[in-house]
Amino acid sequence: MLIKTKKSYQLSEQEVTDESVYHSRRDLLKKLGYLGAGSLLAQSATANAGPLDFFSSKEAAVFQRKALTFQKANESSQILTPEAKVTSHNNFYEFGTAKGDPVENSQEFKVDPWQLSISGEVDKPYTLGYDDLFKSFPLEERIYRLRCVEAWSMVIPWVGFGLADLIKRAAPNSRAKYVAFETLYDPKQMPGQESRRLGGGVKYPYVEGLRIDEAMNPLTFMSVGLYGKTLPAQNGAPIRLVVPWKYGFKSIKSIVGIKLVEHKPPTTWNILADSEYGFYANVNPEVDHPRWSQASERRITTGGLFARNRIATLPFNGYGEEVAAMYKNMDLRKNY
Amino acid sequence: MSTSVTKQHKVSFKAVFKRNRVLLLKIAIHLMSFLPLLSLYLLAFDEQLGADPVKEVIHFTGIGAFNLLLLSLVLTPIAKKYRQGYLLQTRRLLGLYSFTYALFHLLSFLAFEVQFDLMLFFNEIIDRPYITVGMVALIILFSLSVTSITSLRRKMGKKWQKLHNWVYGALLLIALHFFWSVKSDIVEPMIYASMAIFLLGLRRDKIKAWFK
Repeated sequence: MLIKTKKSYQLSEQEVTDESVYHSRRDLLKKLGYLGAGSLLAQSATANAGPLDFFSSKEAAVFQRKALTFQKANESSQILTPEAKVTSHNNFYEFGTAKGDPVENSQEFKVDPWQLSISGEVDKPYTLGYDDLFKSFPLEERIYRLRCVEAWSMVIPWVGFGLADLIKRAAPNSRAKYVAFETLYDPKQMPGQESRRLGGGVKYPYVEGLRIDEAMNPLTFMSVGLYGKTLPAQNGAPIRLVVPWKYGFKSIKSIVGIKLVEHKPPTTWNILADSEYGFYANVNPEVDHPRWSQASERRITTGGLFARNRIATLPFNGYGEEVAAMYKNMDLRKNY
Repeated sequence: MSTSVTKQHKVSFKAVFKRNRVLLLKIAIHLMSFLPLLSLYLLAFDEQLGADPVKEVIHFTGIGAFNLLLLSLVLTPIAKKYRQGYLLQTRRLLGLYSFTYALFHLLSFLAFEVQFDLMLFFNEIIDRPYITVGMVALIILFSLSVTSITSLRRKMGKKWQKLHNWVYGALLLIALHFFWSVKSDIVEPMIYASMAIFLLGLRRDKIKAWFK
């Protein structure tokens, strides 16, 4: 007869913590230890459950993301911003002005069906449905720095395709000098569009624009995903623009219309405060925002309050080699 | 017999409460001011304040300072209207906490936003009107705080009240600072500015008298 003696380090089945329980320990900790303190911070971005939610038994809906097939980016030496931060710290005023509002208010956002129309000064206008967004062009990953006009930045692995591919397919004519973008207008789904208070006094729908050469630049990217999966709602699902050498507000989210036009189109933040946000909005450490310096930025990666993350801001966010030539005869102080 | 005992207990409890109401109120002020400040920094330190704890900490301490200052200024009109003079004895504590929050607001900006880049720190204070205005308000609150010691108050005599009237100036500067600091969402700063103007309006006779 084989007699087994158990060594002290061998755990039996019932001693192993179930993985899901193990992972929920943080939630438990939060509920036990942090509830008291957390509920004092009613405005805190972390409190994805506000003090009043404690009484509601409704299970929160979660926006579904799907894995994408794409060409991986080359290894990058840059430290990526953790996915949890990329998806919880957002400026998307359609879902509220606080950084934590979008993730909280967008989980029921419907992106399928979707219609993105490419129209205007083109010979072959066309429309892409939800599935077309992921099938019409080969998807690739691009790791870009995102510099917000508020002087913080992230490094994000986007998945998508070049805007140039999308525009070429529509065969623009010679009058196409600018590209105008428009976000979905749906106040029922976007509480910030419904309420002036939640939406920060912005006139909706959100509109943005690029000069045609900027739009055709190989860096200019249409993102349908990040971190290998389709975009979360709060990051601009199902499709958004990414212009890495411009301040983040140029990178318009949840786009329904792309129109080639002859004249410079209006842009949302420029309408709101012309002296603070220009049409070009190229990242420029030399030209300060009237109310704060743009010479440096805080790079959000890992680490909390004590992260020493202030770094110098680079002209064109470090993409000068690829884009500076487009502006060589322009006074970038005037054309901020 | 039993009912009278309970009644007697109730009365004595009420009396004890009344005798110690200033102390109890002060304890409550300590708890509601100190605990949020402590938990704020603990949560921030523990990466529990979202992706950008720096912004959270700066915003929370700023709003906290404003809230506490408004609270300290609402006490006088309430005490007068409802004849609850004892309330006035808690104004100093609220004012001191308001200054404490404002100080943490500035220190957080220095330590976590500009991260001890002193050049940038001083340039921002000088170049950015909204930060200049906030800094002036903080200096006012600082002068009021250091002169709040009873012995100094006695020594200063009439000058003390004159100096402490500057709290209204600080209030307006803080309202302006908040208004100026937001990107587009002016609803909250508007509400705060209205509260500040309302509180000044209640003191219009006093303010008018200075200009005569």
